[in-house]
Amino acid sequence: MRGATHAKWTACAVVVALAATACGGGDSGGGSGASGIVSSSWGDPQNPLEPANTNEVQGGKVLDMLFRGLKRYDSKTGEAKDMLAEKIETTDSTTFNVTVKDGWTFSNGEKVTAKSFVDAWNYGASLKNNQKNAYFFGYIEGYDKTHPDKGEPSAETLSGLKVTGERTFTVKLNQKFSTWPDTLGYNAFAPLPRAFFDNHAAWLSKPVGNGPYTVNSYSKGSKLEMRKWDGYPGPDKAQNGGVDLKVYTDNNTAYTDLTAGNLDLVDDVPASQLKNVKADLGDRYINTPAGIIQTLAFPYYDEAWNTPGAVKVRKGLSMAINRAQITDTIFQKTRTPATDWTSPVLGADGGYKAGLCGDACKYDPAGAKKLIEEGGGIPGGQVKISYNADTGSHKEWVDAICNSVNNALGNDRACVGNPVGTFADFRSQITQSKMSGPFRAGWQMDYPLIQNFLQPLYYTNASSNDGKWTNAEFDKLVNEANAETDKAKAVDLFQKAEEVLRDQMGAIPLWYQNGSAGYSTRVSNVALNPFSVPVYNEIKVS
Amino acid sequence: MGRYVIRRLLQMIPVFFGATLLIFLMVNVMGDPIAGLCGDKACDPATAARLKQEFGLDKPVWQQYATYMGNVFTGDFGTAFNGQEVTELMSTAFPVTIRLTIIAILFEIVIGITLGVVTGLRRGRPIDTAVLILTLVVIAIPTFVTGLVLQLLLGVEWKWIKPSVTPDAPFDELLIPGLVLASVSLAYVTRLTRTSIAENSRADYVRTAVAKGLPRRRVITRHLLRNSLIPVVTFIGTDVGALMGGAIVTERIFNIHGVGFQLYQGILRQSTQTVVGFVTVLVLVFLVANLVVDLLYAVLDPRIRYA
Repeated sequence: MRGATHAKWTACAVVVALAATACGGGDSGGGSGASGIVSSSWGDPQNPLEPANTNEVQGGKVLDMLFRGLKRYDSKTGEAKDMLAEKIETTDSTTFNVTVKDGWTFSNGEKVTAKSFVDAWNYGASLKNNQKNAYFFGYIEGYDKTHPDKGEPSAETLSGLKVTGERTFTVKLNQKFSTWPDTLGYNAFAPLPRAFFDNHAAWLSKPVGNGPYTVNSYSKGSKLEMRKWDGYPGPDKAQNGGVDLKVYTDNNTAYTDLTAGNLDLVDDVPASQLKNVKADLGDRYINTPAGIIQTLAFPYYDEAWNTPGAVKVRKGLSMAINRAQITDTIFQKTRTPATDWTSPVLGADGGYKAGLCGDACKYDPAGAKKLIEEGGGIPGGQVKISYNADTGSHKEWVDAICNSVNNALGNDRACVGNPVGTFADFRSQITQSKMSGPFRAGWQMDYPLIQNFLQPLYYTNASSNDGKWTNAEFDKLVNEANAETDKAKAVDLFQKAEEVLRDQMGAIPLWYQNGSAGYSTRVSNVALNPFSVPVYNEIKVS
Repeated sequence: MGRYVIRRLLQMIPVFFGATLLIFLMVNVMGDPIAGLCGDKACDPATAARLKQEFGLDKPVWQQYATYMGNVFTGDFGTAFNGQEVTELMSTAFPVTIRLTIIAILFEIVIGITLGVVTGLRRGRPIDTAVLILTLVVIAIPTFVTGLVLQLLLGVEWKWIKPSVTPDAPFDELLIPGLVLASVSLAYVTRLTRTSIAENSRADYVRTAVAKGLPRRRVITRHLLRNSLIPVVTFIGTDVGALMGGAIVTERIFNIHGVGFQLYQGILRQSTQTVVGFVTVLVLVFLVANLVVDLLYAVLDPRIRYA
């Protein structure tokens, strides 16, 4: 019976194979179909869901539902309004006395006190906890002790934070920063319950916060179910029974699910569907401005781009770009040509100034050619615009820009795209200062202040000053603006700084990005906030 | 036979080490993965340095590899950048992909071999020509086109299925994605079977079997088909590995959170731990599938022996 023996050995091998590969069944379950639940598309968050560790939109929208901080940005105007803060007072723009409102609790019943904030901020600032948003606490005194640039931290807690009562604490900053309270709406400043510190792993698998929703179930990488918290004490209670966030492998699939009536909300309409979206959704398509600007940054560590003549070259390049045509044809008007370095969502009072860029941002191919020639021509004879090719369909618009530049200069080799395989590699080349020409830069605001569009990006050695641009006059004006207690005057000084940036053309502004979303007939009252995140708690389910 | 299996299993060891080392080096030359973790903002240098230390990225590559392999043998595949254990990712991704692969393989076996036998026995007839043209069309159309069209027609227009698969991914929801995934291989299986059957139907042993007066059914299943299956089994065996690792297109279209999706994300985020972990398991699947194929030869054709 040789055949039988063979079969036996084959069967053995199959058993080994199955034992080596099968890793137990998935844990299914979870009751769907509950009433008033909004289902929404989601992307897998890149980092663990902790307030001070979440720096991208996908994790941010969860924190936005789970937490409420001292301030909250108005979902329409973006204005920072008191949420848990009863009052934040200062006399010198350096020391702030904070009083937390009474009657707030976390969803596990624990009271939200001054300590909930101080503990959370100390945790976020400490180098030991590897929090990616740690630099948000950089303005607080003692940050350099808990988070030194090199070596081990010499302090556990920030010396600038002191709990003075159950509901009061003081914050001492290491520099004057009059609009600092307005930054407190950012998620990194959310309070944390004791459970976070006592059993961190358990908290991460089912986060507990003080916002209008609680986590019902969370299966990482696939689905997060949030339910309305009936005991929520705040004024912005959830208008629906809950939100199910579903991870999609591709935003095209999410869009297909929406058109098939299988999903209620898509907050990222894929570029390829923008042509059909009006026909598919009609009024249920939202296209509103968001606090995002796209620019081209330059490597100032490269001598060739840091000459006096290069200013003219940069201005010339800016003038050679036909922004209107690109935003119309490639982005189907989901972006608006930029005329300054901030965003329209700030509003005129907040520091947005349409047309600040002036002629340098107007399409003028003849003028562009003249300026570039005056400036000594393009360094090296060719501009290479670097971008990451893996996400965001950057290739299309970079090629379009190059096309526009080449036409203006009458030289079809004057500008080429330089794709980099992955975003991680693109970022690592930038942080290692390896760029040889202009590169794609995008900025999504953390809080709606003009300061956030200028200081982190263009201040000398600032955290996101990727091109290493430096200008003493600009730095001086930013410092003055931060010290100014009158908001209107501060904004004015920031705009003066922005004019310095314009005169040097430190970075070429390209366009403001809109948030685009679509929703099903089942839901209503859907809107995007200035951060292009849906205002989930206001969505109504019919 | 037993010695043969043991020898083959031993041969897997160097292949396994070589393959994982290659993958490890490939992911490593892609650059600094930590830089991508902070989004469009730069990580502050102190935090970046600590993260590198945490993931062991500050050590030389050979040392990283040694540590990694040491951990693998204790069942520790490391941690992905989002804080999840890689084994946890595997335990959610592999069952889904295994289900999808089983469905695809079943389609290949049932439809592919049946069509192959039917056409192989009826060469030149209309049914043969029709199936040949059909397989040609299927091979010529890329998987993502088939997938998107089926999704649009069945999911959006006719609403027979849901356009996307839920996270639990039960068998019934995976039927259409499985068919899409199997389509090209299925066409190849049909063609392979057809050729093989057509060739063997003139063989001496088939004539002998017919001359013995055996029923037609028995001639076909026991004599003709069994001997004709060797190239088909070879193809299907290697296809198991290819389907598991290469399902990325199908998984993206139908929102299946399987191995392809995890690998894709791992590569985008340059998460060495995720990529190497998943590929390590896939290498094992390939090796075992190949062993099984070789052993099946003897089951199918008793003339083949192993020493």
